[in-house]
Amino acid sequence: MRLAVLGAGAVGSSVAELAADYGHSVTAYADSQSAAVDPDGIDVERAFERKETDGIVGEDDPEAALDGAYDVLVEATPTTLGDAQPGFGHVEAALQRDRHVVLANKGPVAERYADVRELERESAGTVLFEATVGGAMPVLSTIDDFDAEHITAVRGVLNGTANFILSRMGAEGLGYEHVLAEAQDLGVAEADPTFDVDGTDAALKGVIVANVLSDDGTEYTLADADVEGIQDIEGSALELAAEDGRTVRLIAEVVGGEVRVGPRLVPEHAPLAPTGTRNIVQLETEHAGRLNISGRGAGGPETASAVLADVGRLPELQ
Amino acid sequence: MSDSTDEVRSYTVRLELVDEPGALLDALEPIASNGGNLLSIFHERGNLTPRGHIPVEVDLEATPERFEGIVEALRGAGINVIQAGAERYSEAMTVVLTGHLINTDLSDTLSRIQEATNATVTDLSLSAPEGTEDASSARIRFATEQDAAQGVIDTVREVAADKELRVIEPLGPGGDL
Repeated sequence: MRLAVLGAGAVGSSVAELAADYGHSVTAYADSQSAAVDPDGIDVERAFERKETDGIVGEDDPEAALDGAYDVLVEATPTTLGDAQPGFGHVEAALQRDRHVVLANKGPVAERYADVRELERESAGTVLFEATVGGAMPVLSTIDDFDAEHITAVRGVLNGTANFILSRMGAEGLGYEHVLAEAQDLGVAEADPTFDVDGTDAALKGVIVANVLSDDGTEYTLADADVEGIQDIEGSALELAAEDGRTVRLIAEVVGGEVRVGPRLVPEHAPLAPTGTRNIVQLETEHAGRLNISGRGAGGPETASAVLADVGRLPELQ
Repeated sequence: MSDSTDEVRSYTVRLELVDEPGALLDALEPIASNGGNLLSIFHERGNLTPRGHIPVEVDLEATPERFEGIVEALRGAGINVIQAGAERYSEAMTVVLTGHLINTDLSDTLSRIQEATNATVTDLSLSAPEGTEDASSARIRFATEQDAAQGVIDTVREVAADKELRVIEPLGPGGDL
């Protein structure tokens, strides 16, 4: 397949880098300012070098990437809330051209799921978004394989930064601020970790799962989620939990049409109490009990693997 | 899960003890020696039964068969068992509260929860590392009737919201996920 990759951050650049490995070519690569476009395949290494030295990936305008020749648009620009622009506009443009779309950007499927599905119905293209939930972990495709109808609940640790902070607080008896600073030094937390620690990022993933599970056409957005973060968790709370063989984890829960994210007490050695940045999702199935999927929930190559797995699932365009 | 009699369940036993040294220890011995696993002991000091005895509530785990043996052994040792069985408190649930617990009257918080539900506080652990004026945390275990855990959680939430406390709830009503 020919890929147009929008977004030159950790995920976009990894997709461009790994595409050849999966038997695909990159015919367009764009950041917010510039693009490299070539119907015969761009020189990915050259685009990386130019980004490094000149701050641009190529001589073309970003719009040229959207208009170029490709089979699959990989949308890996930063997640935005509300109208989910510019990501949503990119999805719209590709579907109107009857191209496929693979999303790493959570915005369009968390905030405008019904609109995306509507556009998809009118298009010959297909929209897949495995990478938006749980990074490398095959969460959405597993739900799809089991059939959403046979999944009664989904619970998980879907934010590595928050999980790292809580597990360090629990293990070392340290306070929130101290561990957050340490996480920032290690590069586990971003300079502005707001969306990770206030529960927004985990909630967006929960909302996407709720949209996929919804059997009556109910659409979910971030506004429908009940969200609590971990910023005001006292170190003493984790200590008390530990004395009782428990710990605290930021859990996203989708059950009975409700999306809820908040710190919860879980048994210390339970599957839902991973340590460090590890993510886990537990599917409660109708006929097969609980199914746990764990792995790396973030990172460039990890998330790019999920994107490329989606590309591999797409049908050939006529 | 099977319904076999080998399955360990939790039970609550209410005992009446005479106010004598060693009475509590004497009461616990038949539980341990008959294969019961003690979960918690709630000693209602200062509260006397109509007969002038001290009520004690014991939560334990045992198979149904062993539980019968325990009750028999207690009675055989001359201990007054006023209530025994799984029917009363069959679920244990733990929550952690954080915030200004002391300034907002922790004992009032607990009374309000117990009054509004049929739950009993069976264990309380408090941590106030910065002293009583600052934020502190409390781990509270409730014994609740079967299927009443959600009602207790809702009440805990209400009372906590009222006092601007933070609740860390268990995942799943029984917290066993």
